[in-house]
Amino acid sequence: MSKKYDAIIIGGGHNGLINAAYLAKAGKDVLVLEKRHVLGGAAVSEEVFPGYTFSVCSYVVSLFRPHIIRELNLAKHGYDIIPMDASFQPLPDGDMGLCRWGDASRTRREIARFSKKDSEVYGEFSKVMTHMAKMAKEIIDHPAPDVASINPKELSSLLRMGKVFKNMGPELLQMNTKLLTMSSADFLDLWFESEVLKGPMSVSGIIGTFLGVRSPGTAYVLLHHYMGELDGAFRSWGFSKGGTGGVSIACANAAKSFGAEIRTNVNVSHVKIKNGKATGVVLANGDEIDSKIVISNLDPNRTYLKMIGENNLESNITKEIKRFKLRGSSGKVNFALNGVPNFCKKRDGLEFMKGDIAIVPNVDYVERAYDQAKYGEFSERPYINIVVPSLTDPTLAPPGKHVMSCFVQYAPFNIKEGAENWPKLADKFGDAVQETIKEYVPDFDSLVEHRQVVTPWDLQETFGLTEGNIFQGELTLEQLLFQRPISGYAKYKTPIRGLWMSGSGTHPGGGIMGSGGELSAKSILKDKAI
Amino acid sequence: MPIQTPFHQRTSEHNKNLDWKDWGGYFASNSYNVVNDFEYYAFRHSAGLIDVTPLFKYKVTGKDATLFLSRLIVKDISKLKLNQATYCCWCDDRGMVIDDGTVMYFAENEYFVTAADPSYSWFSRFIKKLDVKIEDVTDTICALALQGPTSRDILKNVCDADIDSLKFFWTTSAKGDGFEFKISRTGYTGDLGYELWVKNADAIKLFDALWHAGQNYNIRMSGIAALDIARIEAGLVMNGVDYHSSLHALIPEQMSTPYELGLGWAVNLDRDPFMGQKALKAEKKNGSKWATVGIDIDWPDLEELYKKHGLPPHTDAGAWRTSIPVYHPQNKTKQIGYATSGTWSPLLKKNIALVTIQKEYAKPGTEVNFEVTVEHHREKVRAIVGKPQFFNPKRKRSIVKKENNE
Repeated sequence: MSKKYDAIIIGGGHNGLINAAYLAKAGKDVLVLEKRHVLGGAAVSEEVFPGYTFSVCSYVVSLFRPHIIRELNLAKHGYDIIPMDASFQPLPDGDMGLCRWGDASRTRREIARFSKKDSEVYGEFSKVMTHMAKMAKEIIDHPAPDVASINPKELSSLLRMGKVFKNMGPELLQMNTKLLTMSSADFLDLWFESEVLKGPMSVSGIIGTFLGVRSPGTAYVLLHHYMGELDGAFRSWGFSKGGTGGVSIACANAAKSFGAEIRTNVNVSHVKIKNGKATGVVLANGDEIDSKIVISNLDPNRTYLKMIGENNLESNITKEIKRFKLRGSSGKVNFALNGVPNFCKKRDGLEFMKGDIAIVPNVDYVERAYDQAKYGEFSERPYINIVVPSLTDPTLAPPGKHVMSCFVQYAPFNIKEGAENWPKLADKFGDAVQETIKEYVPDFDSLVEHRQVVTPWDLQETFGLTEGNIFQGELTLEQLLFQRPISGYAKYKTPIRGLWMSGSGTHPGGGIMGSGGELSAKSILKDKAI
Repeated sequence: MPIQTPFHQRTSEHNKNLDWKDWGGYFASNSYNVVNDFEYYAFRHSAGLIDVTPLFKYKVTGKDATLFLSRLIVKDISKLKLNQATYCCWCDDRGMVIDDGTVMYFAENEYFVTAADPSYSWFSRFIKKLDVKIEDVTDTICALALQGPTSRDILKNVCDADIDSLKFFWTTSAKGDGFEFKISRTGYTGDLGYELWVKNADAIKLFDALWHAGQNYNIRMSGIAALDIARIEAGLVMNGVDYHSSLHALIPEQMSTPYELGLGWAVNLDRDPFMGQKALKAEKKNGSKWATVGIDIDWPDLEELYKKHGLPPHTDAGAWRTSIPVYHPQNKTKQIGYATSGTWSPLLKKNIALVTIQKEYAKPGTEVNFEVTVEHHREKVRAIVGKPQFFNPKRKRSIVKKENNE
């Protein structure tokens, strides 16, 4: 009872588990507390219907840092990613659609159906983005420097980042400025003419934000798609074997192998704070567990307002954190199917469906979907990113049957009926998705055995993502780097001594990257906090 | 010109890439697709199907078959139980490896031997007065390897054999729909997998049955290029690549002993005389000169080198088989070994290689220097010595318990 841990980590998402693994590897006595019965947070696999395993929330892995895999020996612990074969965009009216493959010549021929010019520019674009991504990688693999500080360490870190920019040369620097300021649609207009091609490319910039493809600042996120290629991975996106929960399980196994303790079904009420210092946690049942430091893997909103509490914060900090934009804009609809949903019968085989399938016939389509969201409605014809992972990983469904995951944007958390009314709208939302899919797969209804609708409200209530934001806070420029989550506390620290953060709401944030957990743990160790 | 295997009709339909290789005088698919890493991933995630007919195959029968093989092979074949199989190698009387392969004990006085090189002549010259008959069945029995986590489920759907309880390196007879074949739980990927041996006449039937049943389990055709990545991850050496048969070696330096190849575990020294026993006993006593190790080539070092040239780090897509020098930990001009094959491991996210190295540097954890060529410049990066086996999943040896079947 009176055992005092070196560190308690609140939240058993993948970042929390990675943090635990690094700290335990360094010989620290670590305890991870997860509220739910399963580990993984938003990177979770659950058998929602008997025989069908879903990646309930996050459904693809792209940016997971390879050095984390090496340093924590994750492959040995079950980390296993299956790259995606292709990226398919079905089109209405029986068109062949557009499929982008790993094979560059094949992709060129596909794009040439829509624009010969674009088909040739596509390769050039990749080259420039690879250069840009090289720069971004420098940034994501290090804690963000504090621009307001005069500490020499911070300055040298800032200098290092400055050098990255300087070394880019004027041409790339100019491109970089455009990338940081333009909308993803405008940025792509600099290169491409085909609205069909620009459709799926532009949406990369809006995933998880409450912005449209024509909103400034969305171009930056396009970069993320080119980052994976720098790590010797030949395809940037992939499925985790057994669902994205597989990543979390591997991280948990690694943490345990180093001696970390992990408990599920433990609900933390708040952080125990004494004289401005975190001394442990208080559970919902009133029990207390002591530790030298506490690490919150929860989003900034929950960390500051629930775990710390407004009473323990200065009012300007409270104001800042309340301004941190969450604004969830997406939902998930997961289907258990009794057969393969064929999105293009004109194509041979099913290879074209083994990657992601993007319902976004053109740029206008997705901007129109955003129009509805702006005024508090979910899109009747949303952008849907579909994967049928059971085509690649047959263990997810009974033989011959399939699981299909649909990421749906826009589904604004703050719906005009009021967020708390989302449960009432869930079925209508699910129907809109199903109707949209039917425009491409007319017999879709007959394939559906079960349907799970995950609304932004569910993301908040079940998965602890405030306002249903899948990245624990929008990935917009003003909330990145030294401003994530708030200026002055961007290096995994908080105003409470001994309370650290490590989730997606910290730098660099977003996606199943593991960087938050890794960099937080390394900062803690470097700081000799324990 | 190579000839076609009995599966060619089917494999050629799948080989969209028209990428064929000469393997033992047969056409073998090097890769079925332009982008072929999925052929590798099939071994690790679902099931990859490879035509391995070009392996040299021999039926060894007769009252003295056990004695005969025990005398020729460094492993004690007389210890094999009926239906058991073993990986092994055989040496000349200097203890130098001639070839490696698998011996399967199919029936009383009947063994099935696979080899990488033609071996009929070598084996035959030692029959002398023994009651042994060797039949070269390379051209009459063909073979498929089905490798990967879903291979068991696929196989269960095509035959009557009790696949669930078939242990690693055991064999069984099986009946499919209108054909019979032999199954061995063996392979060259270091994963759960099987090799299937069938008469030429039934080749297409077996292929079609597997392909059909495999549709629900993401079966894929895999080529030699993909197999090469998997076998390096599994730390399996290859005749003609990582070592040379003593029968083909021109100079002693080109020969290797089982101990030097990391196959010491496959040598049973203390028993009745066998080919190479004396030399191997002496080596065991005096120590070996060389060792085979795996190296993990430092990625941050490599990244740094590429950065110097303003480039993102790069690795070849797939495995390589060129000899690359390995240098002393401190004295970077002193060569202490050479890599014989290597690959970027997509699973481990590591740049790995199999290395022949002077024994004193073979200790796991030793830091050596490895030559890389970056933008036409020869450079060196650090590499850590370890065991050759980089990846060894539990499922490779797993058995499905009966009570879980329900």
